[in-house]
Amino acid sequence: MATIPTTASEIAAAVAAGTITARQVIDEHLGRIDARESDIHAFNLVTATQARAQADAIDAAIAAGQPVGPLAGVPIAIKDNMCTHGIDTTCSSKILEGWKPPYDATVVSRLRDAGAIMVGKTNLDEFAMGSSTENSAFGPTRNPRDVSRVPGGSSGGSAAAVAAGFAPVSLGSDTGGSIRQPAALCGIVGVKPTYGLVSRYGLVAYASSLDQIGPFATTVADAALLTEVIAGHDVMDSTSIPLDAPSLVPAVTQGVAGMKIGRVTDLPEGAEPEVTQRLNEAFAALEKAGATIVDITLPSLSYALTAYYLIAPAEASSNLARFDGVRYGLRVTAPDTNAMYGATRAEGFGDEVKRRIMLGTYALSAGYYDAYYGKALKVRRLIAQDFERAYQSVDVILTPTSPVVAFKFGDKVDDPMSMYLCDIYTIPTNLAGHPGMSVPFGTGANGMPVGVQVLAPALGEVAMFRVGGALELAAGGVS
Amino acid sequence: MSDSPLSSIVSTPEQMLEGGWEMIVGLEVHVELATKTKLFSGSPNRFGDEPNVNIDPVTLGLPGALPVLNRQAVELAMRIGVALNCSIQPCIFHRKNYFYPDMPKAYQISQYDIPLNVDGFLVLPSGTRIGVERAHLEEDTGKSTHIGGATGRIHGSDYSLIDFNRAGVPLVEIVSRPDIRTSEHAKEYVAELRAILEVIGASDAKMEEGSMRVDANVSVHKPGTPFGTRCEIKNVNSIRALGRAIDYEARRQIDVLDNGGEIRQETRHWDDAQGRTHTLRVKEDADDYRYFPEPDLVPVAPDAAWVQAVRDNLPMLPAARREALSALTGYDTRSEAIIVVVERAQHEYVQAVVDAGGDAVRALIYVQQAFADAGPVPSVPAKDLAALTLLERDGKLSATQAKTVLSELVENGGGDAAAIAASKGFEAMDNSAVEAMVDEAIAADPDAWAKYCAGEQKAAGAIVGRVMKASQGKADGKVVNAIMQSRRG
Repeated sequence: MATIPTTASEIAAAVAAGTITARQVIDEHLGRIDARESDIHAFNLVTATQARAQADAIDAAIAAGQPVGPLAGVPIAIKDNMCTHGIDTTCSSKILEGWKPPYDATVVSRLRDAGAIMVGKTNLDEFAMGSSTENSAFGPTRNPRDVSRVPGGSSGGSAAAVAAGFAPVSLGSDTGGSIRQPAALCGIVGVKPTYGLVSRYGLVAYASSLDQIGPFATTVADAALLTEVIAGHDVMDSTSIPLDAPSLVPAVTQGVAGMKIGRVTDLPEGAEPEVTQRLNEAFAALEKAGATIVDITLPSLSYALTAYYLIAPAEASSNLARFDGVRYGLRVTAPDTNAMYGATRAEGFGDEVKRRIMLGTYALSAGYYDAYYGKALKVRRLIAQDFERAYQSVDVILTPTSPVVAFKFGDKVDDPMSMYLCDIYTIPTNLAGHPGMSVPFGTGANGMPVGVQVLAPALGEVAMFRVGGALELAAGGVS
Repeated sequence: MSDSPLSSIVSTPEQMLEGGWEMIVGLEVHVELATKTKLFSGSPNRFGDEPNVNIDPVTLGLPGALPVLNRQAVELAMRIGVALNCSIQPCIFHRKNYFYPDMPKAYQISQYDIPLNVDGFLVLPSGTRIGVERAHLEEDTGKSTHIGGATGRIHGSDYSLIDFNRAGVPLVEIVSRPDIRTSEHAKEYVAELRAILEVIGASDAKMEEGSMRVDANVSVHKPGTPFGTRCEIKNVNSIRALGRAIDYEARRQIDVLDNGGEIRQETRHWDDAQGRTHTLRVKEDADDYRYFPEPDLVPVAPDAAWVQAVRDNLPMLPAARREALSALTGYDTRSEAIIVVVERAQHEYVQAVVDAGGDAVRALIYVQQAFADAGPVPSVPAKDLAALTLLERDGKLSATQAKTVLSELVENGGGDAAAIAASKGFEAMDNSAVEAMVDEAIAADPDAWAKYCAGEQKAAGAIVGRVMKASQGKADGKVVNAIMQSRRG
């Protein structure tokens, strides 16, 4: 039997060529899950039976000479906040435990059409609220690089699944850094596309104006391939950009000669020294590859975290109001309807979710709206303006992805502010609606991976992937 | 006590003004739009189906489902805006957050401070102009039926049944300015609005089926002083009930104020059987809806060409139809015949009768009197009716004879009026025969004749009646009157 390749593009090529079968690919990955999942807990659900059936169907199609998609036979893990028809979708919350959606998210059906095979639904911070996956109602996910440490979050399960080799690629969602931060902490590639590039239809909303689905992968090229498959206009999502999916894979090997890379001179402080050191090495590597480094300022960036923690909870307080025990999910019986709402929500939601619902409800309340939510929207506009000004002189901006490397369980979970600060470098681009990606670039404290973040203007994915590809190439030479 | 039964309900404007009071009324009218599908999903917008068949992930507010705005709903809402003389502006949607079991997402997608239609007006048939503050788009809720308990409300019920067929049905909420001063004007406003909505095809506007729902904001004050505290009256299910509810509520408030009390701002429920309103909830208990811009939808900015197309394709509105009939007949636009015929959308038929050579006034009156159930296109061919109007106009048939022939035409769905008249032996009486009958009638009732000659016009009826009886209805009333006038000298 031929060896199973490690990347999605190689797997798809081998399956399509018939050198390996989709069933072999799936069995290999399910075997790895069997061996190590009890240590990692990447998944809320492993869909082994469905995966094997789908693999057999693809192999039959190939045997019959039928055309297959660009991801034929590629195992993929899906964050458990994306709807899968007839398959439990929990958002790692007790309130949705056992709920089986009657429909597929747009990304899920696009992946299936492309031949990708879902191996399971991955763990997350409840309703994508958190930066360590410790807020899951079903227990934390562990970092495959060091199981005493968190994988980051909220898409910690999807990041860990790829880092552990359970699947070559996975999907996460990123509202304030929930793809890029766990990618950095697990030492893999994570991409948050431009807001509206990938349909949100079927993504259980946390903060609708910020949420965006994107891929995890072990290589920048795989991340580009996944983005091509899931991107493109969807009539079911009014905020979907009416454009076809961009061509991104060629950009990965295009190089950065002549590109202008922004270095933020007034970046909020707090990054670990090794993280800053890796970032400086990344600048040096890009300069060596032919890019120019340009100093820029983003003065309103220091307000981003505050604005985010008003806007995201405000939207969440409304988005999560539908979990009322009336139509689906958990219902705790009580003497009357109002008491039932209260009891169901008290039992069904975890502490962080309750904290954000309360924050958001308060921020939207009569008499407080202007001072909190209204002001946060103004800050959001200022941040977007800062970025727009910067992108007049640079093609992309380089920052750390996370100020810290993967930390130990319990280090931050009882101190919300220190946890929130994990996303200080990732949040601004969500507020602006711009794309960002994290590329592994050496290691930091305790030998844990460091990620460098590439930010680009709206629909600037080509530039972002060019730089991402160059960083990946250079990363081989760093510590 | 504000909820005590009232001793009397008297609130004609004159009577209220006697006490120095004036009522201030504003109306909020919700209409369901006659779209094929719902406001934000592809499920059918259809009344009367089995419960919970017209549903989908968006309607049920399932996790991950997203709204997509229905273009036809925007177009119908724009039609309403144009018909109500509103400015149509770029607009956005907001979320109105509150918990209720028939509200699937626990928020309603509505419009808040930037609605589609603003600053319009509606001119009542009686001539009064009522401002329209806004007419905005929003989604309907599901329908709850509370089983058990005394009140039929959720509180105290054993369980509730929810039908989500109505959830997500497009609504336009039309908010008037507080320009209404009498219950008659309120009724007139709703009747005219309903006529407009039907004419432009925006809604079937049936209050009884709930496709048109009216809430009234009522307050009272003494002219020259600021408006009083208002109460919102809900559960008004007919135009007649609207008038009664407003009159009751104004009277109630005046009684409270006259007795030194104060009006609380509250929502009150109209009980049609008891003929009174009672407190539903006071303002202090009102929800904080935490409105914020709906992030799942993008702004709607109808371009000038679209607005112009809506304007160009708008059918003739009731007011213009009344004008046209007035020009045709010389009747006042406020005359009952014109109002009734326009309400029935039979104005084009009247025009067709005139186009076929008919007499305009008689055509209008015939249609008003004999075509109540005939719909906009009566089965009697316009030319047949035209022929009848001429027979009467030219004195070949009396009004009474013409009426008989008209009944026959309606019954048969048309026919040759002259032939029908002939078959009934109708022929114009010659004037000398009528003159003889008039003289006989005068001789038979000298008292009435004396009174008539003394100028008592009512007394003429007795003489005319005798002539009609003698002629078996064949005498023309106008001829009889003319003879009587010449006899009186």
